[in-house]
Amino acid sequence: MRARVLIRPKDGILDPQGQAVERALPALGFDGVANVHVGRLIELDVEDASQVPQMCERLLANPLIEDYEVVELTGEAA
Amino acid sequence: MSLAAAPHRELGLTDAEFDGICERMGREPNALELAVFSLMWSEHCAYKHSKKLLRLLPTEGPHILMGPGENAGVVDVGDGLAAAFKVESHNHPSAVEPFQGAATGVGGILRDIFAVGARPVAVLDSLRFGELDSPRSRYLFDWAVKGIGHYGNSIGVPTVGGEVYFEPAYEQNCLVNAMCVGLARRERLIRSAAAGVGNQLVLLGARTGRDGIGGASVLASAELAEDDQTKRPTVQIGDPFEESKLVEVCLELLERDLLASLQDLGAAGLSSSSSEMASKGEVGLDIDVSRVPLREADMEPFEIMISESQERMLCVVEPERLDDVLGLCERWDVRATVIGEVTDTQHLRVFDGDELVGDMPVDALVDDVPLYDLEPEEPSEPIYPDPPARLEEHAPAADTLLALIGSPNIASKRFVFEQYDPIVGSRTIRRPQSADAAVLVLEHDGGSGALAVSIDGNGRRVACDPYTGAVEAVLECARNLACVGAEPLGLTNCLNFGNPEKPHIAWQLTRAVEGLRDACLALGVPVVGGNVSLYNEGGGGPIYPTPVVGMVGKLPEPAAVPRVGFAEEGHAIALVGMFEPALEGSELEKLRGRLASSLPPLDLPAHADALVRVRAAVRSGELPTAHDISDGGLACALAECCIEGGLGARVSVDGDDASLFGEGPGGVLVAGPREVVEALEGAIVLGEVGGGALDIEGSLSVPVEELRAVYEGVLPAAFAA
Amino acid sequence: MRFGVVRFPGSCDEVDALMACRRFADAELLWHGDRELDGIDAVVVPGGFSYGDYLRVGAIARFSPLMESVIEFAHEGGPVLGICNGFQVLCEAGLLPGALLPNDSLRFVCRQVEVIVENPDTPFTRACAVGDRLSIPVKHTTGRYYAPPGTLPDDQVVLRYAPGDNPNGSMDDVAGVCSEGGNVMGLMPHPEHAVDLLTGSADGGRLFESLAMVPA
Repeated sequence: MRARVLIRPKDGILDPQGQAVERALPALGFDGVANVHVGRLIELDVEDASQVPQMCERLLANPLIEDYEVVELTGEAA
Repeated sequence: MSLAAAPHRELGLTDAEFDGICERMGREPNALELAVFSLMWSEHCAYKHSKKLLRLLPTEGPHILMGPGENAGVVDVGDGLAAAFKVESHNHPSAVEPFQGAATGVGGILRDIFAVGARPVAVLDSLRFGELDSPRSRYLFDWAVKGIGHYGNSIGVPTVGGEVYFEPAYEQNCLVNAMCVGLARRERLIRSAAAGVGNQLVLLGARTGRDGIGGASVLASAELAEDDQTKRPTVQIGDPFEESKLVEVCLELLERDLLASLQDLGAAGLSSSSSEMASKGEVGLDIDVSRVPLREADMEPFEIMISESQERMLCVVEPERLDDVLGLCERWDVRATVIGEVTDTQHLRVFDGDELVGDMPVDALVDDVPLYDLEPEEPSEPIYPDPPARLEEHAPAADTLLALIGSPNIASKRFVFEQYDPIVGSRTIRRPQSADAAVLVLEHDGGSGALAVSIDGNGRRVACDPYTGAVEAVLECARNLACVGAEPLGLTNCLNFGNPEKPHIAWQLTRAVEGLRDACLALGVPVVGGNVSLYNEGGGGPIYPTPVVGMVGKLPEPAAVPRVGFAEEGHAIALVGMFEPALEGSELEKLRGRLASSLPPLDLPAHADALVRVRAAVRSGELPTAHDISDGGLACALAECCIEGGLGARVSVDGDDASLFGEGPGGVLVAGPREVVEALEGAIVLGEVGGGALDIEGSLSVPVEELRAVYEGVLPAAFAA
Repeated sequence: MRFGVVRFPGSCDEVDALMACRRFADAELLWHGDRELDGIDAVVVPGGFSYGDYLRVGAIARFSPLMESVIEFAHEGGPVLGICNGFQVLCEAGLLPGALLPNDSLRFVCRQVEVIVENPDTPFTRACAVGDRLSIPVKHTTGRYYAPPGTLPDDQVVLRYAPGDNPNGSMDDVAGVCSEGGNVMGLMPHPEHAVDLLTGSADGGRLFESLAMVPA
């Protein structure tokens, strides 16, 4: 099946990319935007979905500075 | 079939060109052949409007090992070492997607250098955008710089110098010219002529996708229309990591003498590389596109042939060496695939498995391309509007100086060069802004002395006077080299102009090339190669005619190289060289809202002699400070010396605008111990280093820290959040 | 003393590090795919863009066969110096506390900075005195040092950026740290580019000089 991993910077750590986006949006006319964070997306076909969190702990994310979330995508592998 | 729907027109070919193709083929081309011809016969690939003119340029010289026609020009730098260098443009792609456009421009020029067997050791860039108050120009500038930094820094080749200019004429058509210098042992140089019937054609590097399909003909041979969104899918994406592996494997393949020839893939991809290799070798090539590793499924044969996917090289390998080549590529994790072989048919034949899908005579693709005569006509009216005035006519000298060093064209480019790595490789002994040219030592490569490199272009002054402006661009580059004591060995140029089919642009191009020729002859510096970028115009008119010149020179004693900054209180300051400043074409005139219609004529032989004297004075090793006088004139040059050295100066100079802020080639400021400076032939002593301000007697006195704050503050302020 | 300088695909400053090491002792390049550290007395993990900085800086390099040997070498007390990308690799490998984040300016920055020696009692700084100022260039996009509160004891801060010289927003101006055992150090500035007055400063040489003093 196909899994999607969302990786975002841990709360409390300065996220200048998120800040830059948060500043850029109003300049384009989009108001009322706050709390922007920029992270990464990894998608993969796996045979055993239960292994994905371990993959995150060991390689896909750095748990010191990042949080991750695993989403199982229903349906066939891509 | 309605003429308007004729496919050749969609691909940028004229009816006459289409007929010419049919004639050379002896039949009508099929779709694949038409696509290949449309690229090979595009302005970008074939230089239809410039080739005849470029034959004017001098290409012979005592140090030349490879002249124009190969992937890069190469000069002998002594001790068995050779330096390869070239400049190329990536203007249109950068206007569409500045990060990738600039990045792949760097990637492309790097490949031209290691294609001749040289290890890339330096990159320089020449950039031109609209004024900084335009959000679009700020965006293009910001992302082009990031793109150049991304590629150069990641691949580990230092970006050691460059220039950036802002003029309204570049608002719709920015210029991104990238230069690369590489080093090789002379015996390791390799040419690109395919040879040896039966030898294998091997494709190295990245997989082939749909990057840049239609790129060369669509982007480079036509003016950009208002809405560029449709061009977005054809932008090439660069991967410096892939290229770093490609550099290493190619250099090792050459070290082990495993290749018969090598060629990089650039504009028009496989079609141009293979046909150029075949043409130089006077052979034919059979290519089987079904063997090309693909990144996307279902690519058609014509797409595979014209794809501009980056980070690919083509080499010719003798059959008995093939296993060694494939084995070495595997060790470096570089894809290597046999995709064809050398034949004696003198045709480029394209197969899809067993099926022949295209068959074109090589000379029709490369040598027998229609070349056009330009029809130059001097314009009777100004081509460009006057720039907007930003400075009042009779501002006091101090205010004028601050306005000049505070103008983006003159202000510090630290904001740019701190985004580049100029030091990787440990060769760089003069970093950006510390000297007028980049200086790289040769000792780590088994050589002696150092190379000096500079890239200099001139748009506005060439717009005032194409002939004299172009001469000045060459003199400026040579002067920058002289300021570090280097003798020029060769020159590469990128000619950035508007639509050459228009008589006034043809006139600009013709006069500029004549200027380049005369300057090169007077200085004894041959042209070793270069690039032409035409059709740089849009609804708002053409760009300023912008010849960009890159020079490589050699100096014997790296420890003696001066810096821009004043070094010590009490040092005498003098003007040397040949300086005849005038206000026409100057940055001051631009600030006052004027664009001159001519420049004062030059005595070229006298300037050539003056350069030799400046170089000799610098080579003495007794002058810690040398700085050429260019934009903003003498006062700005003095200000820059003060800022870089952190020391003031007290000088006496005529107080009129031309003397203080006038521009012109040939002037150099030097500073050093009084007895050394006073002994220099033809030196005019202006004063001495000292105090905390730039004090020009009777004209202005500005504290150095105030000068610094203005000079360094301009670009950061433009990008403050 | 024999230095081993690691070379990954995408390393940029490995030859510069090799040349710097050779000014003070013998040195050789070590290929990432090999496992041997025979005869190597100190390991240098150099700067660059190993594996293109893909996924996360240093994330892939730290799993290479050679790095497995380097981790073992470090656990046995062998000196390991990580420079810039090397620092990132050592943090990913868990040999050093903390992590490196994108510069607060979000731009690559190359600049000569001054760092102050905070801890002269490491194999890397023995040729220095506390408070010594070293002029060394930095060049990176991802150099902002961060360690969760309480995970970085003061004596593990080896170098701090001089006031006003912090180029990337590093927490507490931290420029270089060492492991609890003191035999592993990482720093963002490039000492290998400060070993020759002709190219700039020679202050960086002191780190290699210190290491060369370590008994083989």
